[in-house]
Amino acid sequence: MSKTIIPFGPQHPVLPEPVHLKLTLEDEVITEAIPAFGFVHRGLEKLAEIRDFHQMIYVVERICGICSMIHAMCYCQGIEELMGIEVPPRARFLRVIWSELHRIHSHLLWLGLFADSFGFESLFMQCWKIREKILDIDEATTGNRIIISVCVIGGMRKDISPEHVNWILSELKDVEREIKRLETTIMTDYTVMKRTVGKGVLTGKQAYELGLVGPTLRASGIAQDMRMLGYAAFNEINFEPVVETDGDCYARCKVRFRETLQSIDLIRQAIAKLPEGELAVKAKGRPEGEVISRVEQPRGEVFYYIKANGKKNLERLRVRTPTFANVPALLAMLPGMWLSDVPVIVLSIDPCISCTER
Amino acid sequence: MIEHVVSISLENVVGETAKMKVEGYRFVTLSCVEIDETTVDILYHFDKDFQLKHLRLTAPKDSPVPSISPVYFAAFLVENEIQDLFGIRFQGLAIDYDRTLYLEEEVKKTPFCKYVVIKTKPPL
Amino acid sequence: MFNKILTRARTMSPWVLHFDCGSCNGCDIEVLACLTPVYDVERFGMINVGNPMHADVFLVTGTVNHRNKKVLRNLYDQIPDPKVVVAIGACGLTGGIFREAYNVVGGVDKIIPVDVYVPGCPAKPEAIIDGVVLGLEKLKK
Repeated sequence: MSKTIIPFGPQHPVLPEPVHLKLTLEDEVITEAIPAFGFVHRGLEKLAEIRDFHQMIYVVERICGICSMIHAMCYCQGIEELMGIEVPPRARFLRVIWSELHRIHSHLLWLGLFADSFGFESLFMQCWKIREKILDIDEATTGNRIIISVCVIGGMRKDISPEHVNWILSELKDVEREIKRLETTIMTDYTVMKRTVGKGVLTGKQAYELGLVGPTLRASGIAQDMRMLGYAAFNEINFEPVVETDGDCYARCKVRFRETLQSIDLIRQAIAKLPEGELAVKAKGRPEGEVISRVEQPRGEVFYYIKANGKKNLERLRVRTPTFANVPALLAMLPGMWLSDVPVIVLSIDPCISCTER
Repeated sequence: MIEHVVSISLENVVGETAKMKVEGYRFVTLSCVEIDETTVDILYHFDKDFQLKHLRLTAPKDSPVPSISPVYFAAFLVENEIQDLFGIRFQGLAIDYDRTLYLEEEVKKTPFCKYVVIKTKPPL
Repeated sequence: MFNKILTRARTMSPWVLHFDCGSCNGCDIEVLACLTPVYDVERFGMINVGNPMHADVFLVTGTVNHRNKKVLRNLYDQIPDPKVVVAIGACGLTGGIFREAYNVVGGVDKIIPVDVYVPGCPAKPEAIIDGVVLGLEKLKK
């Protein structure tokens, strides 16, 4: 059988972001997939040498626009640990609320794009319609729809007023009702099942050895969620990781769908327990030493390595984003699959290329 | 602060990582920091049940580092990244992008190093 | 006569091509948000197409770097005349917060001619729609 090499991307209707895959095909079946990157590489880690450690918050927020607040939270937690700052309880709960709002909007975005990848356009529109409500909450509480810039070293910059709290709760009720309305479609629809069940299967052992993170790992039956570490206020609210065991695209879809509903529950818990008090403590001095900070993003574990030497600028800032860890999964999943399944499988890891390349 | 750091040397990089794999650790990532003109620090991070463990390798810039991608396949990506950004060469990479993972020919320099000598591809 | 019909058709239903060339995703998802129910520009005849040869309006988000400038140029050359280029977001305009990074060339206008600049970090869907409508003035001529 002769071999064909097909380039997939960087400009592809299914991918909102530029990534290139070199697919080697035998007939219609993929034998090898080699990813190529570099279309979004900017070199943000290097900016730590120009900007001081407070300004870097705004740079790390723009590593990825979808989970920007969680990047900032992870960075601030690292610096706070280095400087020995205790974050006030109210700020910790607010971090949970905003990070979970980001998780809901990211998962809805993904569910929509995933539906679009197998041509289910009305489901795509429905998911994005629900998502707008979450963005409205972000806009009303912080002033911006996506990059909300609320984290500072030592706490938060913005507060949620009591009137907003009631409004958020009623909006969340709507969101929950509408997501549940999609449940039958996503979970049992013939089209969805046909295109996702049994595609791109990874066993738990494979997934663990490849070092995968987040929903991709949890769909293979391994309960690994950084929220179990209890950062921010996750140690004070009830939290159970969502796990599925099949390890295929359908299981990943189910994990993300159930996490969306779980996040709504987490926000309700956090709002119920939201303590009074100050928003931030003043950060005095400069960070010194090495630290590792990990939090759970919608796509998985994000890992910050910060090395500071007591100067205004950090010596080294290293970011390992979830998609960077999930790319090896593509190389393991794609061989043996049909060409027509490539978009579904590529999207099933929820690729965020601007995260990967920074 | 970083705890559980084990220092390793160029000779036992692969051996130590293979040991970690047998013990059931998940590969997290590598971090590279420039120390001075001639050396860099490479930290290998592993995770097991939310406990991180690190291997610290202080490597000279001019000799290639043995790749751990035969042990942990996922490491090929980050090793290629370090090749791009620091100019360190890894020997025995599963997939070698030859310093073009992120950077184009015209900017094929080492942005994260202040002082550097770019080396050619090591023999396999 | 024929030209008149063409111009009218073009301005009534411009087809857009979106290319992310190194943005943080913020502007990209806002571009996509324009197409979805709340803003829904499809009701005005705008369609997001994947093929540059079908497009009239080229939406570019994000900074240009050394690798994607060739892709950007290539896409631009494939779009048939007359075409409108809309640069979106602070990064697309000047490089924004990333302008000092080593792999960043600068704004989109360093590589291809830009007709409309839409500021914002990220630009709001309203601003993006406004930018496209402004760009259509060029097609009218």
